[in-house]
Amino acid sequence: MTTLLTIGTTKGLWLARSEDGRASWTLDGPHLLAREIAAVAIDTRRTPVRLLVGVLSDHWGPTVARSDDLGLTWDETEQGAIRFPPDTGAALARVWQLQPDGADRPDVVWAGCEPSSLWRSTDGGRTFDLVRGLWDHPHRPNWQPGGGGAALHTVVTDPGAPRVLVAISAGGVYVSEDGSTGWEPRNRGISAYFLPGPQPEYGQCVHKVAADASEPRRLYAQNHHGVYRSDDGAASWTSIADGLPSDFGFPVLGSPHAAGTAWVVPLTADAERVPPGGRLRVHRTRDAGASWSEVGKGLPHSCWVSVLRDAACVDSAEPTGLYVGTRDGCVYASADEGDTFSLVAAHLPDVLSLRVAEVP
Amino acid sequence: VTVRVLLPGGLADLAGGARSVAVDAAAGTTLAELLAGLAASYPLLGHRLCDETGQLRRFVNVYVDGLDVRGEQGLRTTVGDGATVQVLPSIAGG
Repeated sequence: MTTLLTIGTTKGLWLARSEDGRASWTLDGPHLLAREIAAVAIDTRRTPVRLLVGVLSDHWGPTVARSDDLGLTWDETEQGAIRFPPDTGAALARVWQLQPDGADRPDVVWAGCEPSSLWRSTDGGRTFDLVRGLWDHPHRPNWQPGGGGAALHTVVTDPGAPRVLVAISAGGVYVSEDGSTGWEPRNRGISAYFLPGPQPEYGQCVHKVAADASEPRRLYAQNHHGVYRSDDGAASWTSIADGLPSDFGFPVLGSPHAAGTAWVVPLTADAERVPPGGRLRVHRTRDAGASWSEVGKGLPHSCWVSVLRDAACVDSAEPTGLYVGTRDGCVYASADEGDTFSLVAAHLPDVLSLRVAEVP
Repeated sequence: VTVRVLLPGGLADLAGGARSVAVDAAAGTTLAELLAGLAASYPLLGHRLCDETGQLRRFVNVYVDGLDVRGEQGLRTTVGDGATVQVLPSIAGG
């Protein structure tokens, strides 16, 4: 088997491959040069494995590209895989997230887009339908765009149920028990210090949400200031930021195997958004946020760039591999749960998205 | 009427490889109608030029007989017999 690491950047896609258990990597690219790649999914439910890529060209607009031969050739739906229905008056601006559903729904792929919207494909990503229940939500006109745009950037599915959680900047977390209707804000306990008045029901600036390995109702959230855990499917959140050098950051990752293990990449903020003291480090908890340890030997000591929300991922190997990409175009890989990192790639454009999977 | 549409190299492949495409249209046709007809023949080309609301993408410039349509009537600009419609990507990027 090959470990395939996809590296989406502001100017194209690179593919890193390891044939020796993540000890060394070869780099292949650029693919889709001069196009922004903010979202990638490696759909291993299919044979052959399908790459789905959210593409944005400054000139020619956004779309979803597909490859069924691991990047040798690319295809796209002629009129666009994601098209807002005419009655909405909206136009797709960017694909922020592509998320295959569980193995029991092998043709279902979710997309989170700008303007903030959720889409569902039942044909493996060839075409998507707008999830009207969320688009028509009475809160939507009040959602404010984050610094990166009005983005629905996170989709967390439940392997045992049709439940879907989405995260929106800056709308907050919403959950639907059937993935279609009845969307409810789930932000209780999460601060929105940038809004006046008491803590609001929605409008929080959530940066990323990840599920814990133990059970899907335990979740972690990295917010625009604030790191939180929920033990009740996002019904309520508790701060777990104590022990971190900063409560600001973009990614949060949950272990696929070890209950209570998660990672964040703290940044000094609000305005600076750089690693504290210029030391890029990952912080890991093994007790669901009760305590944190700084890890990341091999990450740079003089690093003044950030790690964006999808520029980090974990693999499913044992021990868990951890991958981090920076806005100065470096990608680092750890095969030991973040203890030590080595450089996979350097001098690429800003890294926007990392995904990893074992492929034939 | 017959209109000549000039495409930049990056888009010509989406219209069968030709950088100059002759399009038959009704008299008094507008640029919007012309582009819709082009999109019907070449859907991927149409998707590159206009979003799903029918608006020209921000960094796509279109000239009718040398005039930037954004300074004319936009997509309502009339395209006459023998006109040349030129599509050019604007200077953008970083």
